[in-house]
Amino acid sequence: MTRPALLATLALLCTIAVILSLLVGTAPLPPARLLAALTGANDPVARIILFELRLPRALLGLAVGAMLGAAGAALQGYLRNPLAEPSVLGASSAAALGAVIALYFGLATLHPVLLPATAIGATLIALAALFAFAGRSESPLTLILAGIAISTLAGAGISLALNLSPNPFAAMEITSWLLGSLEDRAFDHVRIALPCIGIGLALLLWNGRALDALTLGEDSARSLGVSLPRLRARLLLGVGIGVGGAVAVSGAIGFVGLIVPHLVRPLTDRSPGAILLPSALGGAALLMLADVAVRLIPASSELRLGVVTAFLGVPIFLVHLLRERRLW
Amino acid sequence: MVTLSIESLDVALGRRAVLHGISATLAPGSLVGVIGPNGAGKSTLVRAMRGLVPAAAGRILIDGQPITTIPDAAIARRVAYLPQGQVLHWPLSVERLVALGRLPHLAPFSAIGPQDQAAIDRALRRTDIAHLRARDATQLSGGERARALLARALAVEAPALIVDEPLGSLDPGHQMEVMELLRAQATAGTLVVAVLHDLSMAARFCDRVLLLDEGRLVADGAPEQVLTAQRIAAVYRMRVWTGAIEGQAAVVPLRARAD
Repeated sequence: MTRPALLATLALLCTIAVILSLLVGTAPLPPARLLAALTGANDPVARIILFELRLPRALLGLAVGAMLGAAGAALQGYLRNPLAEPSVLGASSAAALGAVIALYFGLATLHPVLLPATAIGATLIALAALFAFAGRSESPLTLILAGIAISTLAGAGISLALNLSPNPFAAMEITSWLLGSLEDRAFDHVRIALPCIGIGLALLLWNGRALDALTLGEDSARSLGVSLPRLRARLLLGVGIGVGGAVAVSGAIGFVGLIVPHLVRPLTDRSPGAILLPSALGGAALLMLADVAVRLIPASSELRLGVVTAFLGVPIFLVHLLRERRLW
Repeated sequence: MVTLSIESLDVALGRRAVLHGISATLAPGSLVGVIGPNGAGKSTLVRAMRGLVPAAAGRILIDGQPITTIPDAAIARRVAYLPQGQVLHWPLSVERLVALGRLPHLAPFSAIGPQDQAAIDRALRRTDIAHLRARDATQLSGGERARALLARALAVEAPALIVDEPLGSLDPGHQMEVMELLRAQATAGTLVVAVLHDLSMAARFCDRVLLLDEGRLVADGAPEQVLTAQRIAAVYRMRVWTGAIEGQAAVVPLRARAD
């Protein structure tokens, strides 16, 4: 598939997903009524459902999915490791720990903005620690090891919060947040997440050439004029800020960052730079479709997004793994 | 045209001193062989010449300008570099791999233009891999891959080319082809610096040979002056026959140990 065709297909998929996301919900509203509300008919109920509930949810789904997909693609290219995903650097876990702290101490009930704000704060602290441990080293392995250490520490913090939680309801609130969801998100969340994700995406999508050069190893990349310290700074900041902002509003949604780059790679020339933008679009489409699925699947309580992305993504991934004997 | 000057260069990797007081001025249009036993500092010397390892003392100059004051992208356009034992991390097609050599010439966010494509095609033809252009580079044989990686370095079309052991994993026929190719590049005006292990190739093709031993430059000059049986015995600790076969210089190892 040529690159324009691929990008057009993925953009079309995203558009379909957005439309579905606006049409589908717990309140059964006929499409005609939604369309009328969209074009300005005096229908306060439909307008509130459309603009206050479904639109923020759709926007967040797009942004979070794009961020996770792009972060996975950039990290797989940078670390030259097909297993890399956003959680490798500890960004997701740190953001989750920040959110859990906000839930545990009841900050989340004081103001809806406090939870995402704490999550982003925790991500930035983790990022600073990562820089301190591995900032000067050239080797991607040092970075992976430092990221795993930070991720494990944050995981331990989350376990501690669950362990010490005063009652089962508090523990359940934390667990269900950790599974990831876009339910009941408002424009406050969009306002918090979008700038972070925008900065993150801009920092990551910039690196196509440098990541291509890294295919040949560090010496060759440098001999082609790539500044490795700057590349590393852009990637760490991009993943930290972007994924931090995404996890802060959506909870920990796994698998998107790992799987999407593998799904789009065979449709490109397989160079790390060529999969950045398709991974962002693919991630957005996958997450939105998963978010539509959670609303359609009948269950006693709405399914969590992290659960659905795993169930949706992993079979696709495995089928793909069987078809392509070699993925990278 | 590029002149590379090395001025009393010391290099340390970590705390270990690797190179001591190396000086040489390499003129455009010459094929310079860097030879010496394993661990003599050959790769470190050529990495320092490309500015990939910092000098502990002394300096490297490109056309009289210290390399530390030249922006990375500008060096990249003037000096192409092929590292030793290169690994390819993603299964790119051969053509895509060779196209990476054009990165230093591309303006931000611009695609490969007709000039770049012409350079890529030339590099593919010169290394005799044009028929492999659509193949996955990770599935090539060792020799084909070595030529594809060399083509990547040639595609830069820089006035200076540094290659670190370009003959490893090539059969004798392709070794000759690569040496003839490097010779032709030098004759056309490029400064070619090649780290070599094959002393006969160095004797036959190089204009000048730098012989390193334990981090010091022990001999520098025309091959016939540097590659004497006596000096090889002292540096490589082996006995060799030197002479000419059908008018071609040859160095034939006879046995280990110089005595």
